[in-house]
Amino acid sequence: MTNRSPLLSLRGIQKSYGPIKVLHGVDLDIYPGEVVALLGENGAGKSTLSNIISGTVQPSAGEMTWLGKPYAPANPRAAMDEGVGMIHQELKLLPKLSIAENVFVGRYPMKSGRLDRRAMEERARAGLQRLGLDVSPDRLVEGLSTGRQQLIEIAKALTLNARLLILDEPTAALGGEETQLLFHQIERLKAEGVGIIYISHRLEEIRRITDRIVVMRDGAKVQEFDRGDVPIRTIVEAMVGRSLERMFPTLPTPTDEVTLEVRGLSAPSKAFRDINFSVRKGEVFGIAGLMGAGRTELVRAITGADPIASGEVLLHGKPVTPRSPIDAIRNGIVLVPEDRKLQGVVLDHSIAENIGYANLGEISRNGWISSRRIREFAEDYIKRFGVKGRGGQNAGELSGGNQQKVVLAKWLARKPQVVVLDEPTRGIDVGARSSIYDLIVGLAREGVTVIVVSSDLEEVLGVSSRIMVMAQGKQAGILNREDANDVSVMELATL
Amino acid sequence: MVADVKERQGFAGIVLPSLRGATGPLIGLIVLCLFLTFATDKFLSVRNFLNVLDQITVLGVMAVGMTLVILIGGIDLAVGSVMALAMMVLGYLNVVAGVPMGIAIPLALLVASLNGLIAGILITRFNVPAFIATLAMMSITRGLANMITDGQQIIGFPAWFNMMAIVRFGGFLTLTVAVMVVVFIVGLLYQRYRHGGRVLYAIGGNAEVARLAGINVQRATVLVYVVCSFLAGLSGMVLAARLDSVQPSSGVSYELDAIAAVVIGGTSLSGGTGGIGGTIIGVLIIGVLRNGLNLLSVSPFMQQVIIGAVIVLAVTAETYRKRK
Repeated sequence: MTNRSPLLSLRGIQKSYGPIKVLHGVDLDIYPGEVVALLGENGAGKSTLSNIISGTVQPSAGEMTWLGKPYAPANPRAAMDEGVGMIHQELKLLPKLSIAENVFVGRYPMKSGRLDRRAMEERARAGLQRLGLDVSPDRLVEGLSTGRQQLIEIAKALTLNARLLILDEPTAALGGEETQLLFHQIERLKAEGVGIIYISHRLEEIRRITDRIVVMRDGAKVQEFDRGDVPIRTIVEAMVGRSLERMFPTLPTPTDEVTLEVRGLSAPSKAFRDINFSVRKGEVFGIAGLMGAGRTELVRAITGADPIASGEVLLHGKPVTPRSPIDAIRNGIVLVPEDRKLQGVVLDHSIAENIGYANLGEISRNGWISSRRIREFAEDYIKRFGVKGRGGQNAGELSGGNQQKVVLAKWLARKPQVVVLDEPTRGIDVGARSSIYDLIVGLAREGVTVIVVSSDLEEVLGVSSRIMVMAQGKQAGILNREDANDVSVMELATL
Repeated sequence: MVADVKERQGFAGIVLPSLRGATGPLIGLIVLCLFLTFATDKFLSVRNFLNVLDQITVLGVMAVGMTLVILIGGIDLAVGSVMALAMMVLGYLNVVAGVPMGIAIPLALLVASLNGLIAGILITRFNVPAFIATLAMMSITRGLANMITDGQQIIGFPAWFNMMAIVRFGGFLTLTVAVMVVVFIVGLLYQRYRHGGRVLYAIGGNAEVARLAGINVQRATVLVYVVCSFLAGLSGMVLAARLDSVQPSSGVSYELDAIAAVVIGGTSLSGGTGGIGGTIIGVLIIGVLRNGLNLLSVSPFMQQVIIGAVIVLAVTAETYRKRK
C-alpha cells in the first residue's frame, strides 16, 4: 500500500476561529482502497478536518494535495467535482423527491435544454447496483429505512465519481442488519480503489472494517495505528489521553423489593407485544435488541409518552398504567428520551429554564414564579451534576454529555422512583460517557429503579444487573448479569 | 415625551425587565421619536402622545393575544374577523334586542372566546395546522358577522359608551386606553411570573420536550387561543366605543397588523422567544410611525410601503444581532 501514491495528502493543516485554534497542523495521507478511521472525542477536530477536506471550511494554513496536484476546494461542490464526497451524519436527502432526483439534485443531466429523465434514472440505477441496492430509482426517498438512505447518499457520491468518501458516523442510526449491508458495500468500494475516511464513536466496528486508525485529540493527530485491529482499550486511552482503569462503576446489589412491574403490555401499533418483567428497587435493568425491536416504543409507553393498547404497569403492586407523561411523572416514573436535541432539551433556551420546565410546580408558589427563582433552583442541580455551564447559558451551546446531564438533572430534581434512560450516551464522547454511567449507577445505589435501553452492547452489559433482550417486538428472554455476554444477547436478539 | 416618561415610570418595574431581547426595537422606537421630534413641531406634545395612545388601543389589546399564540409557535389569522363578530353581537344585543350593555358586553366576549375554543380544539384534538384552522375560523366568523345584519352597520349605543373613548379621566387616560394598559400589565405579569405563562415558552421552544416534561400542552394551547380570541373581542369593544357604531367589515386585515407588531417587537414566529414587553414596543412603533407619517403628510399608500420596510428592517436587524 505504501508504495502507491496517496489519493490525498494533508500537510500542516491548521484552522483558527479568531483567537481559538482548533487544528494544530495535521498531516494525513489517504491511499486508494483503504479505510482510515478518524477517531477522537467530540471537539477533537475530526469534523473540522473532514469539513476542510470536503470543502465546507477553508484551512487557515497548510497544504493539501489531491492526486499529486494542489487541492484547495472553495466549497463542497468544488470538492465533489474533484471526486471527494462527504456523507453527513444527518442525512441530507429530500424525502418528497425520487431516489434518482436526489442523486442528481442540482446537476440534473440535460438534453437540449430539458431534463433527461431517462438518462438520470439509468445512471442512478447503475449507481444503486454498484452498491447492490435493490430499489427502483423512481421510488420516493420517503419511507426508506435510514440504512437505505445512507446507502443512497453513498450512491449519490459514487455517481459523481467520488474517489474519496468521508463517512461521518454512518452507523449511528443503523440497525445490525443495515450495518452489515453497509460494511459489505464498504468492502466492495475498497476493492474498487475508493479511499474512505471513516468517523465513528463505535469502536467495535472500527476494529472490524478499518485498515488504519488515526486518533485526534485537541486539534492534533496524537497517534496512528497501521492496522485496524487494535484493542479498544488502547484506542480509548489514546483518545482521552489517560489510561482508563475501568469504564463502568461497580453495581450495587439490588434489594428484593419489586418497584416496577409490567404485565402483558402491548402497543396499538404492535411495535411491542405481551411484555412482562419486573424491576427491583436499586436495580439497573437493561433492555437490549436490534434497531426496530420495539425497545424505544416499550419504554415510551411505560413512561406515558406513547399509547398502550393492553396490559398494565404496576408500581409497588398498584396499577399506574399511564395515559400521558403527566400521569407517569406524577407516579415518579420519568423518561430520559432517546433524542436529546428533539425530545430532551429546548436547545435555544437556557440551562436553568430547561431544568425548570419539569419542576415549575415545585418552583412556583401559588402559581407565581420568577426567573430568579428558576435560576436559583437550577444552579443547585447544575453544581450537583457537574454540568459544565452557567445557568443562563443556552442548552444548545453544551456538549452532548452536558446536555444529557441537564436532562437528568431536570428529572432527578423531582426525586423519581423509576428513571428510564433511552440510549443515554448516544453521540456522547467516550470520556464523558463514564460520568453518565456513574450517574446511572449512583441512582441505583440511592434506591432508584433504573431501566436503560441501549444499542451499545458493551454499555448494556456494563451497567445492568439483568438484561431483557427484545426481538421483533417480543421479549426474547431475560438474562442475569452472569449469563449475559455479547454472544448470548445477540443470539436472543436475532431470534 | 414628558408624558412618555411619566407613563413608563408607572410600570417601569414590570416593563423594563420584560424588555430583554427587545432592546433593538426599543432603540428603534427611541430613534423614531427623536427623529419625529426634530422633523415636526407637533410630535413632541402631551396632546399628541395621548392621541397616539388612543390610536393604538385596538391594535395593542389584540397584539397581546397574538403574542401568546405566536409564543407557542402558533398563529391566529381569525382575530380581525372575531373582533368584527364580537362587535356585531354587541350591537345586535344592545341596540336591536335591547339587552343592557352590562350583559351584552360579556356575551359578546363570550362569543369571541368560543371561536378561540373551537380553533384550539381543531388544532389540538384534530391536528389541523393552526394556519388552516384559524384561516377557516376567519372566514366563518366574518360570514357570521355579516349575517347578523346582512352587512349593515348598527348605530345607537348609549351615550356613555362613546364617552369611554373620549373623556380623559384626570385629563389623561380615556377608559379605552386604561383597558389597554390593564391588558398590558396583566399580560406582562402572567407571561413572566405565572406558572401558566412560563409554560408557553417551553411549548414554543419544543412542544415534545414540554409534553415529556409533564406539561399539559393541549390544555395550554387551547387556553392560549381562547385568550387570544377573548382579547380580539375586547379590542372589538374598544373599537365600538371609539366609533360609536359597529359594522361587519371592521377589522379586515387587522390580524396582519397584530402579527406585524408582534414580529417588530422581537417575538420569533417559530415560537419560544420574545414576549409581550417587545410587543408593546412593536405596537408603539407602529402607532408612532403612523402618527408621525400623518404629521409629515405622507400619503396613506406610502405609509403602507414604509411600514412594510420597517417590518423587514426590524426582523433583519434582530437576525443579524443574534448571529453576532
